[in-house]
Amino acid sequence: MLRIKCPFCGERDHSEFSYGGDANITYPDLAAPMEAWIEAVYRRANPKGPHRERWQHIDGCRLWLIVERDTLTHEIASVTLAKAALAPLVDGQSS
Amino acid sequence: MPRYSALSLINHAITGNRDWPRAWPNPDPKPSYDVIVVGGGGHGLATAYYLAREFGIRNVAVLEKGYIGSGNAGRNTTIVRSNYMLPGATEFYDFSLQLWNSLSHELNYNVMFSPRGQILLAHSPDALDGAARRGNIMRRHGIAARLLNRQDMQDLVPHLDYRPTARFPIWGGLMQPTAGTARHDAVVWGYARAAAALGVDIIQNCEVTGFLREGGRIVGVETGRGQIRAGKTGIAVAGHTSRLGEMAGLSLPIESHLLQAFVSEPIKPLLDYVIGFGGHGHFYISQSDKGGMVFGGDLDMYNSYAQRGNLPVVRDVAALGVSLMPCLGRVRLLRHWAGVMDMTMDGSHIIDRTPVDGLYLNAGWCYGGFKATPASGWCFAHLLARDEPDKLAAPFSLDRFRRGAMIDEAGVGPIPKLH
Repeated sequence: MLRIKCPFCGERDHSEFSYGGDANITYPDLAAPMEAWIEAVYRRANPKGPHRERWQHIDGCRLWLIVERDTLTHEIASVTLAKAALAPLVDGQSS
Repeated sequence: MPRYSALSLINHAITGNRDWPRAWPNPDPKPSYDVIVVGGGGHGLATAYYLAREFGIRNVAVLEKGYIGSGNAGRNTTIVRSNYMLPGATEFYDFSLQLWNSLSHELNYNVMFSPRGQILLAHSPDALDGAARRGNIMRRHGIAARLLNRQDMQDLVPHLDYRPTARFPIWGGLMQPTAGTARHDAVVWGYARAAAALGVDIIQNCEVTGFLREGGRIVGVETGRGQIRAGKTGIAVAGHTSRLGEMAGLSLPIESHLLQAFVSEPIKPLLDYVIGFGGHGHFYISQSDKGGMVFGGDLDMYNSYAQRGNLPVVRDVAALGVSLMPCLGRVRLLRHWAGVMDMTMDGSHIIDRTPVDGLYLNAGWCYGGFKATPASGWCFAHLLARDEPDKLAAPFSLDRFRRGAMIDEAGVGPIPKLH
């Protein structure tokens, strides 16, 4: 079991979370060239090693998180909120 | 290489089976080949075999980083079927099934292909309608399919849960009577031996660490055993395609995910068919010739190259198994393991040239690689030999994502974990 330290709820089993894939993907402007969209929608770096990825705490606070995890060892280096603007909410909770 | 026959079995039995020769030689790599196939799994070995037999290209090397049978070829649940619905997939997998039928004779190696029949379960009237539609599409392509009602199911598979309280009530199923299982180790050993007999060099413990380039063209590979030059280089490396692609500067529509498989202790004959369960979860089971119940379910649902599975999937698969076949609750699990899958953005494979001259790609088999082994090898050999895809491989091009021509059997979009 992976254990993900949710900034809001604390450390939980990964079975409470839903995996959202590569967090380095950002969608381009609607007007961007087709190649940029193909890159964002279909192509993945798929690294063997450190990977920034999205997880949603779907059976908990439902926040989207950015998890840095090694795809070979499954070690988790960091867990942060996907939306930095929500940080004050979490800081209040953890104090 | 001496042929295997009843006579050779008797002769070796008389001498106590002490002096069987190696099944295939263990050569050192030559400095160059016409074609190098990277990856000594079923697909790579089948590619080399069909290159030599169908297309007359015998100066071929298969490079395997471990030993033959150490990768996904030995990690699958051995199911062979062709009950696909989408144009392209149906024809491709049916061609594969045709090759499976004669494979043991063709390779002079018993791959234990056992077309015992596969049944997709239907757990609601709607699911049964869906099964009928799938069966009709299969029959339109000349693939045998038989719709089963609840009584048929009780006759054929008496150990499913038919009680009124069943979690998944059985409304019927769709049988492909020509589907079944094969012994996966024998498939790679058989292809390796048959390819070697035609002059192919099978080089084990030879990991590719980079590509040799001349003027933008790939002209060979760097390996742990030195440089090897090649006229053409084909990649057939299952879960590690993205890593090889990165060495060549390719950005691919693939994520690597874990798929677990399970085998129980051997028990007496219990299940005569391969059973597939989808839609409300994912589960498939068959009984091996040794008596072990071989089964599996979903991916672990996160990117991984770890080749080891996680416990939530063990729980989910066990729960589904016991829900469908309550008697499995008394059976002890013997082993479980995981393989690294190339999950593509539409759940279908890729057999194509790459944007890099001299480099060819066979990848993205998701869950479906084992059954595809013969057709995959045949089509990849065709591509390497002729420089253009066979009509069966043409729909599975690398640029289908750009063209919007996805072959998405599950209909879930570009989310690899869901295929």
